[in-house]
Amino acid sequence: MLEIRNLHARVEGAEILKGLDLTIGPGEVHAVMGPNGSGKSTLSYVLAGRDGYEVTQGEVRFRGRDLLELEPEQRAGEGIFLAFQYPVEIPGVANTTFLRESLNAVRRYRGEPELDAIKFLKLLRERTRKLGIADDMLKRAINVGFSGGEKKRNEILQMALLEPALAVLDETDSGLDVDALRTVADGVNALRAPDRSMLVITHYQRLLHYIVPDVVHVLMGGRIVRSGGSELALEVEEKGYGTYVGEAA
Amino acid sequence: MARTSARRLEPVSNGVSRMTTEAGAALPSWVQRYQAVGDALPGADRPWLNARRAEALAAFAASGLPTRRQEAWKYTDLKALASVPFAPAIERATVPAIDRVPTLLTDDEPLARLVFVDGHLRPEWSATAGLPEGVVLADLVTALARHEPLVEHWLGERDGIAGRSMVALNAALMDGGYVIWVPRGTIVDAPIEITLLSGAARGAHTTPLVHHPRILVVIEDGAEATLVEHWAACSDATYFNNVVADVQVGAGARLRHYRIQEESVEAYHVTTLRADLGRDARYEAFSFSTGARLSRLDAEISLTGTGASLGFGGAFLMRGRQHCDTTSVIDHRVPHTACREVFKGTLDGQARGVFQGRIVVHPGADKTDGQQSCRTLLLSDGAEIDAKPELEIYADDVKCSHGATAGQLDANALFFLRSRGLDETTARRLLIEAFLSDALDEISLPALRGRLTERIEGWMREPREDRE
Repeated sequence: MLEIRNLHARVEGAEILKGLDLTIGPGEVHAVMGPNGSGKSTLSYVLAGRDGYEVTQGEVRFRGRDLLELEPEQRAGEGIFLAFQYPVEIPGVANTTFLRESLNAVRRYRGEPELDAIKFLKLLRERTRKLGIADDMLKRAINVGFSGGEKKRNEILQMALLEPALAVLDETDSGLDVDALRTVADGVNALRAPDRSMLVITHYQRLLHYIVPDVVHVLMGGRIVRSGGSELALEVEEKGYGTYVGEAA
Repeated sequence: MARTSARRLEPVSNGVSRMTTEAGAALPSWVQRYQAVGDALPGADRPWLNARRAEALAAFAASGLPTRRQEAWKYTDLKALASVPFAPAIERATVPAIDRVPTLLTDDEPLARLVFVDGHLRPEWSATAGLPEGVVLADLVTALARHEPLVEHWLGERDGIAGRSMVALNAALMDGGYVIWVPRGTIVDAPIEITLLSGAARGAHTTPLVHHPRILVVIEDGAEATLVEHWAACSDATYFNNVVADVQVGAGARLRHYRIQEESVEAYHVTTLRADLGRDARYEAFSFSTGARLSRLDAEISLTGTGASLGFGGAFLMRGRQHCDTTSVIDHRVPHTACREVFKGTLDGQARGVFQGRIVVHPGADKTDGQQSCRTLLLSDGAEIDAKPELEIYADDVKCSHGATAGQLDANALFFLRSRGLDETTARRLLIEAFLSDALDEISLPALRGRLTERIEGWMREPREDRE
């Protein structure tokens, strides 16, 4: 599904990723854990194709394609989805309008017919019910006036609509209380599928109680320094990141 | 084709020919050219009007076109106008036929409308029969012939030409325009649409035209009207419209005034809007501008009756080398008046925006509520806005705020939308529409709001220019 080899990336002149290797198979859920500044967000932005994140070495292949040569919208079409750590508020754009534009753009890319308003609303209603999203949240402008939990649920709703092959969840747990965290995790778990991989990026082990990964990686100083099963998350929580300083994968 | 008549040669036949002989040397050639059309000017046989024209011309001759040395014109330069060989639009006896007239409203709305082409009323496109009894809707020439006391009264009411050279120029040369008078207590339900088309003449022999329309809108006590004023072009001709609009909104009266400026990209357009609001009057003045090489809205709005309320706002979308200036002075003269001012603009290419907004709260005008904001989106590195919001407050108990911001499209939002599959063009369009949408929210005619939304979409579909 996703193969990252020797990835080096710079942000504003500073090298953040320094030779990162990561391979995710179909249907697998991987967690990348790391302290602040280790390159977690940089990894997610590089995968989604954000401007200003310059890859200086290495390659990223996604379902056999060179991901790095694609524009962000092409990556979305190919099946990459980034759930933002800080979902963006966009005043003046109704959430429903945006969701339909987004879904139809991705469907066009995938050669599928666009959904008319009626079919779209039917699909939307079905997906929102599972996530406990009120109609009111759909009518409002994107994320404007949403609580932290509502913003994250809105991200998961977008994921549910776009049905990505690889979902990258960037610190989805940040700013959530336990109840909100559980709702969001339930939404994510409901989307687990044999042909859908996930990359869960987090600082804390807490999220991994709810979204149990197949593989856990520790990211330090721009490289994966340790990989293991879900028990590695507990080890990190217990011993702290300091244990892994100086390690190489 | 100049109209000629023997009377033109009489030295005192009208104000224009009398004055140009004294002050002609200082005036642009096209001002002098009005000498030859003197008798074709509206009201050329009315001594009171000629006297006023003469006085105004003397004032203009003394001041000349505004220069950037004047504080109010610091950011907008009209110097180029002096050297364009304009011919008075009124000089032509006939205007080219047109085969369609755009509307900003839905076609099935029962409209009263006036259509002008290069300054000439086109009766075949105009219709006023549906108006309530007593309402006057006429071009300036007809209004002078049939309602002279009304015109004389309201022109006389507002002849502040001192220090306002563009008003003086219009007062001297006013050669068209229209009059709306809604008598006391009369409600005009349907919107009135005024369409002013320019650049109808095409081809190699086209001479740039100059036109000085005067607009008089009088909404008497308790009356209501909605006015859609559409400045549009039949071609990309060069021309100059120097408009003065005098608006009176009486006690308890309500006027919604939508001004849509879609002049040719080679045109010059200056509108001086002077409005006076009586007790509990409500005036909504909205401007939407996408046209003209150089345009300026110069608004002086006075809230002179307790409880008067003003909504003043609009949107401007400029690109290329277009220049769009919105200058306003809002005077709160008495207690308990309110003004809400919201402008939104987008500037692309090398376009230049100017926003000068002054709110004056006069001594004793307590409980004034004045809100002003101008937000501009700069879509290219070459685009620029000069914004100068000013509050002058001489009363104690007031609530006033102002703010002017300029910025670029939010890179975060743009990336977010693209990461959700929207291509860059669509993402930009969505964000720009979203940015402009709350300015359009001020429009209470759904049909017009729909047309302007289409205009915004169309503006964004046009190819973007090279950015520096």
